[in-house]
Amino acid sequence: MKILGIETSCDETAAAVVADGSKIISNIIASQIDIHARYGGIVPEIASRQHLLTIIPVVQKAMSEANAGWQDIDGIAITYGPGLAGSLLVGVNVAKAIALATGLPITGVNHLEGHIYANWLSSPSNCSCPIHWANGAGKVRFPCLCLIISGGHSDLIVMKGHGQFEKLGRTRDDAAGEAFDKAARILGLGYPGGPAVEQAATTGTPCIPLPRAWLKGSHDFSFSGLKTALWHLAQKEQISATDAAASFQLAVVDVLVGKTIEAAKELQVKQILLSGGVASNKFLTERFLNSSPIPVLIPPPDLCTDNAAMVAACGYYHFQAGNASSYDLDVVPSLSLG
Amino acid sequence: MKGGGGNTSEMKSLKLNSHSPEQTQLLGSCLGQLAQRSDTFLLMGDLGTGKTCLVQGIAQGLDIKEYAFSPSFVIVKEYHGRLPLYHIDFYRLNHIEEIADLGLEEYLYGNGVCVVEWAEKGLQVLPRDNLLITLNYIPDSEAQRTICLKAQGKRYLELIKQLKSTLNKEFNVTLNEVKEKGL
Repeated sequence: MKILGIETSCDETAAAVVADGSKIISNIIASQIDIHARYGGIVPEIASRQHLLTIIPVVQKAMSEANAGWQDIDGIAITYGPGLAGSLLVGVNVAKAIALATGLPITGVNHLEGHIYANWLSSPSNCSCPIHWANGAGKVRFPCLCLIISGGHSDLIVMKGHGQFEKLGRTRDDAAGEAFDKAARILGLGYPGGPAVEQAATTGTPCIPLPRAWLKGSHDFSFSGLKTALWHLAQKEQISATDAAASFQLAVVDVLVGKTIEAAKELQVKQILLSGGVASNKFLTERFLNSSPIPVLIPPPDLCTDNAAMVAACGYYHFQAGNASSYDLDVVPSLSLG
Repeated sequence: MKGGGGNTSEMKSLKLNSHSPEQTQLLGSCLGQLAQRSDTFLLMGDLGTGKTCLVQGIAQGLDIKEYAFSPSFVIVKEYHGRLPLYHIDFYRLNHIEEIADLGLEEYLYGNGVCVVEWAEKGLQVLPRDNLLITLNYIPDSEAQRTICLKAQGKRYLELIKQLKSTLNKEFNVTLNEVKEKGL
């Protein structure tokens, strides 16, 4: 069963063809990162205009790279939330137009659920990600604990089976990726902030004491106190940006890894599944692999960040469960999971 | 929390000192309780001065059960309580044209309470009548912030008046005594 996945919820215009919920046949992303870097962040209107310009070529490329015609596709999976309304609308309307023209069924996918399904994907042949392969991608065992960490979200979600999600914790203020971004701004390290902090941290030492919000008794996260502490530090004294980056990264990773493993033990889950852009941070993934007694699945970096293959994989399981959407599917910008 | 105010010119504004994130949230909660449909609160202040913290309080005051967390990446978040809360954040936007093109009208002139973080980036496209809330660090203090509320337009003059009285009634103290009572 081949599914065409389409994703336009935020930065990326993406389309992919995935077979049987795991095998990536094509995976196209028109990254808008170059446009955004000039503005130092997401520029929504530019984002949705850019989606409009690139969506058709991106879908065509995904189809041609998959060597597929519409007769080879069994269904369309489309992200319908959460995200920017203007951006989501581009993808949802293109998916509906294709569905109406071809008679293919569509299914709306929650972007966060999509992120989790990156763990079902087997890597394309050109992916060289030892971490991913070492952990047996696609062999997910329930119940598992999903940590979704990106610019907009930091959620801990228990997954008991396909489509069965229960939110265990979330950020109370800043998302992990946002914390990285703001730290990069405070330290003058550039955009995108995550990779900039990670890069700077490789040459620094984590010698600056920074606070960690453990929020004992809760599975929630909080990163705004850490951000404020870094701001005060940067105002007060001349600090080395690389040491500050390393110290900041360590503080975030300590909390994310510590609290996730603690929750996984408490709930006696079989696996921990990482996803979202921050899960491409090597320091974080190594820490998880070195300190977790419970197996940890980590998608390769290009499947951690926004992509359409994860949406197609998730859509496959929707169709398997008989969960097709009607053609009046609408965007839900504030959609949540669990 | 220590407040000032009194004569006519000061009725337009209210200046408070917050000694902790909890106090900032409490002020937000009072604002949330007093908020009406189509209210616009504009927030200005540097990273870490407590803007999101204040919005969390506003959400509580509107009987919203979820945590309102930072929408810096997603730009707009919507919550539903006694009234809808539209939590908007211009942090990642730098050009007025982009903000103008966002299509925020349905939020700004809609049925909910609209709170805009980093409002200074888009004042030209935001409603002229608003409650402008400026948060600032107090030098040499990690936890303290000054919070200045300024009314622009009749509705917000009234709101400031009500807020003063709520702070008095709710905590049974006058604003100048609030500090000692540990609000």
